[in-house]
Amino acid sequence: MTLVMGAFTIGLILSLLTIGVWLAFRVLRFTDITVDGSLTLGAAVAAVLLVRGAPPWAATLAGAAAGGVAGFTTGMLHTRFKIQELLSGILVMTALYSVNLRVMGRSNVSLLSTKSIADPANRLLTAWAGGDSLLLFGWRVPVSEAAMLLTVLAVMAAIGLLLRVFLVTHFGTALRAAGDNAQMIRAQGVDNRHMQVFGLCCANALVGLAGALLAQYQGFADVQMGIGMIVWGLASVIIGEALVSRVTPGLALAGAVMGTILFRLLIAIALRWGLNPNDLKLVTALFVFAALVLPGQAKAWCARARRLADNRKGRGAP
Amino acid sequence: MIEVRDIRKTFFAGTANEVRALRGVSLDIPEGCFVAVIGTNGSGKSTLLNAIAGTFAPDAGEVRIDGRDITRWSESRRARLIGRVFQNPFAGTAAGMTVAENLAIAMRRGQPRGLGIALSRRVRDEMIERVRTLKMGLETRLDNPIGTLSGGQRQALTLLMATWLKPRLLLLDEHTAALDPKSAAQVAELTRQIIRRDKLTALMVTHSMQQAVELPDVIVMMHGGQIVRQVAGAERERVRVPDLLAAFDHVRRREQLDEGVAGVLRAQYR
Ligand SMILES: Nc1ncnc2c1ncn2[C@@H]1O[C@H](COP(=O)(O)OP(=O)(O)OP(=O)(O)O)[C@@H](O)[C@H]1O
Ligand SMILES: [Mg+2]
Repeated sequence: MTLVMGAFTIGLILSLLTIGVWLAFRVLRFTDITVDGSLTLGAAVAAVLLVRGAPPWAATLAGAAAGGVAGFTTGMLHTRFKIQELLSGILVMTALYSVNLRVMGRSNVSLLSTKSIADPANRLLTAWAGGDSLLLFGWRVPVSEAAMLLTVLAVMAAIGLLLRVFLVTHFGTALRAAGDNAQMIRAQGVDNRHMQVFGLCCANALVGLAGALLAQYQGFADVQMGIGMIVWGLASVIIGEALVSRVTPGLALAGAVMGTILFRLLIAIALRWGLNPNDLKLVTALFVFAALVLPGQAKAWCARARRLADNRKGRGAP
Repeated sequence: MIEVRDIRKTFFAGTANEVRALRGVSLDIPEGCFVAVIGTNGSGKSTLLNAIAGTFAPDAGEVRIDGRDITRWSESRRARLIGRVFQNPFAGTAAGMTVAENLAIAMRRGQPRGLGIALSRRVRDEMIERVRTLKMGLETRLDNPIGTLSGGQRQALTLLMATWLKPRLLLLDEHTAALDPKSAAQVAELTRQIIRRDKLTALMVTHSMQQAVELPDVIVMMHGGQIVRQVAGAERERVRVPDLLAAFDHVRRREQLDEGVAGVLRAQYR
């Protein structure tokens, strides 16, 4: 049960990352590599503020804001200075590695003795359960874990709802159109570059928020924690798209959340079965590769098989 | 009133591939006037429309709408005054979004976009009403992604989008050229209706001589980045397709003559 709960909690936290990646890659159609850096940045900023005794909600928000600044920078590099998408992201991500070390002052900050965003839920549940463990669907689980799950569930629900509404407003609709057809949205009076910058800002703010929450969940921020996150996010986006068709923004968002949780569950199970944690990133990369390439390949193979069959028929006929 | 003053544009200036796409084009379009632009391939028709729409900054010259100099305005800023339909039916709509969402975007062309919900019940009713005027049955498909519609349907919707808020100037760049003959005729007729009904000021590039003699108030002929002839008023009433073709032949002959003279001169001064 702890395993499932852990997967759920991390899944919910990382679904913020997934939504950020979805926003950049699918809505804006912007190949944004900043993510690896902005996740760590969010975690670093939140961790340092927590160690200094800032209120957890403020530290978490600051982490999100820092991520937003990173996304803004990438956007400006691309739109204002005409640097390629990929390179803009790589520049910011690389720079962030040093920034993150500067922010933290060392490569790892422990949060075991600081306050956490889950504290209010913790107090609530402790009072309610009357001890430091409680029954969940017949399983005895530590209150601290249940509190974290409850907290990220609340954050996720709030963000998801907010985003769902935002994407169908006039502004949000224009943002989606800017990613779909830049020429069209310019002809409708919206500067697609502004939309790109704004969208990247939002996307990386979500990623920064995920980083801030992740640090508090695992009890530390580490300068390496963002490495490969972009691929995890993509994998989750892809699973999410397989789960739901992505016609409406609401469904796509739901798909992103479900995709992330499913992905985390799969990983938890794989690790249980003895997958070496060091191989995790390789396996994830292979998965994304397969998901990107296989559909196209399958189509090509089918077409070839059909052609071959037709040829054979053609030769047999006369 | 649209005033285009001595617009010049050279692509790849100073290289071997230099193209002088516009060589001093001036054009006045009075309020409510429908102008058609015809001309040979590469004569600069699209470049002229792009210069007016703000796709790029011209090298020289200015564009004024109602006396306001918009030459330095960005493309998106000009959209407040200008509605536009492209040759490519895919260019004017966001394929992955629904018909209703596309229309909702067009309902605020060039206006601030706030955090109000884009598609309210009231808005949908209005959409159904106006989409019905296209007589294509699209009012039942408002929630389909616009990418699933045919080119003709998309072009008709793009036209509706460009004119939903009355533009000070409507730009049409061979917007029927990529369509099959039946859809092309349908969209051309729709264009005529909308321009008549809303008394729009419009500038249309067309390859169809038939369209050029039937639809507009003024016919403008372009060649080699310049306007070589304008047909308006009583002459415009009389003009037929063969007359236009003859005018083109005339332009071409004159050019060959020029080339001939140039050849003689080159030979002399070798
Ligand atoms: N963005 C561009 N970059 C470089 N050259 C261009 C560009 N746009 C147009 N040109 C060149 O300018 C010239 C005029 O092109 P334009 O598209 O305006 O012609 P057109 O009259 O619209 O022709 P068509 O009837 O084929 O559409 C052509 O030689 C073209 O190659
Ligand atoms: Mg053209």
